[in-house]
Amino acid sequence: MAKLGDIARVIRSKNAGPFEITLDCLFDNREHYERVKRSNAITRETIARLYRIREDQVHRIVFYDQALGFKVTIARDASSGSAGDRDVYGAQQHAPLMNLDVTTEEGGGAP
Amino acid sequence: MGQEIRILSPCGMLGYGFPEESFRRGMEHQVHAVVVDAGSTDGGPHKLGAGVPIVSRRAYKKDLEIILGACLPRNVPVIIGSAGGSGARPHVEWTLEIIGEILRELGTTAKIAVIRADFTQEQVLDALRQGKIVPLSPNIPPLTEQAVRETASIVGQMGHEPVVKALEAGSDIIVCGRSYDPSPFAAVGLLHGKDPGLSYHLGKILECGALCAEPATTKDCILGTIADDHFTVRALSDCRACTPISVAAHTFYEKDHPYLLQGPGFVLDLERCEFTEPEPGIVRVSGSRYLPQDKTYVKLEGARLTAYRTFVIAGIRDPILLGKLEEVEAAVAGQTKRYYPEIDERDYEIRFLNYGMNAVLGEREFEPFRGHEVGVLFEVTAKTQELASSICATLRSTFLHYGYEGRKSTAGNLAFPFAPSDIEFGPVYEFSIYHLMEWRADDFPIEYRLGGVRGGEAG
Repeated sequence: MAKLGDIARVIRSKNAGPFEITLDCLFDNREHYERVKRSNAITRETIARLYRIREDQVHRIVFYDQALGFKVTIARDASSGSAGDRDVYGAQQHAPLMNLDVTTEEGGGAP
Repeated sequence: MGQEIRILSPCGMLGYGFPEESFRRGMEHQVHAVVVDAGSTDGGPHKLGAGVPIVSRRAYKKDLEIILGACLPRNVPVIIGSAGGSGARPHVEWTLEIIGEILRELGTTAKIAVIRADFTQEQVLDALRQGKIVPLSPNIPPLTEQAVRETASIVGQMGHEPVVKALEAGSDIIVCGRSYDPSPFAAVGLLHGKDPGLSYHLGKILECGALCAEPATTKDCILGTIADDHFTVRALSDCRACTPISVAAHTFYEKDHPYLLQGPGFVLDLERCEFTEPEPGIVRVSGSRYLPQDKTYVKLEGARLTAYRTFVIAGIRDPILLGKLEEVEAAVAGQTKRYYPEIDERDYEIRFLNYGMNAVLGEREFEPFRGHEVGVLFEVTAKTQELASSICATLRSTFLHYGYEGRKSTAGNLAFPFAPSDIEFGPVYEFSIYHLMEWRADDFPIEYRLGGVRGGEAG
């Protein structure tokens, strides 16, 4: 089993404005990037399951080839810094994504 | 081929600091402007709501002294975006007061342009009634008249238009209220007739300082150069460099989309950009596209006071209590509420954050608890500070002595690091307005004044 957290060079989370959190995943070579992109592991359904949210709370999933990375933007439960928020900058919400299994048939296991 | 335009960005946030050596190197390139972003909403709604800055006065002044000291004698204009952090009137006034002090200390004067970004409740209500306000993302509720009336501090993000006007007027220093972060940078290229797509894409990169370099940091300088069909960026310190991938990946940072960026009146489309490295450490970018939209919407930000908070931090080491912590907390909250039957339960809220267990991810935590110690932060937010403190005191004493099933440590459940244990936090705000409003791009008032006059403020 290959975990995204083992393959990616950068996995991070941050506010994209006070009502959304954006998760960035960047790779240090094209092979890893393409392998994860082709694995079809990054879907609304998997992100919703990892973050225990509804699929309509996953606002965006976008791959950007020139940067060897993809981005997932999700809705916040509580807006940044309001009563009930847990993470004002949204900077520690990436941990569930690190656990995602991105094993591909061709790769078989960890790249 | 037209003239190349060079812009120096000292750091990603005015008051975060930068190596003076990098800045001096940047200034050797005969730059056309020094532009620095001072704004962010990352720290939450409190700065806008309370009218306080993000960085210390000391740090803000220290950075500005270096910038103004180098730029004013060379007639290089200085532009500050989102002055003071939130870019509302108190933040702009704070910035002007510091600039005035520096000018007097330098014994010089400067022509200052002040661009306001404040909106009154009436302006916003008018737009709301005309159907000119829409939420920014699907999870933001539609704006209501009540929310507007409860929001004391409202700003709108300006685009490049008023900044270009202030540059054309020959200003030495331009202090912008809340701005779309890349706009004060883009204004420099646009003043000189450069392509808006390239000007904005470069602005998007420069506004974060050296965050587009490796190793990335907001606390170092970066130089951008715009030509007719491309721009280049380079780091100015020997310890870091830009690469095509580091620059391409930069647009991921704190944006909801990696290559489509929504600005006032346009979308910036970077999908077809090319990133190359013609010389080591110099990254060339082309293909940035500026797509004008039919209507200009400015992003409104408003913060309203929602509650007052009192909180306690304590440690728990007892294994029996840790085994049933959430159950005990629910019982402690219940007992506290029953102690105050005369207070409407809607007037306050009790929350527990169990650090070491699940405080950061909450219900999303997937790891089972395996620790031997937990830091618990409990808070009460309420209509008044007095109410928050009274309920928090009851919550604390109840938790401290609560006799849960199976307890052996009958003297106390909590290790307080400090005396007193209860901390009054003050007001809590929320972003009550985070919407787009249709507005004329050039309709941000500009005032001109002479700064540094003996005995006066910044004008």
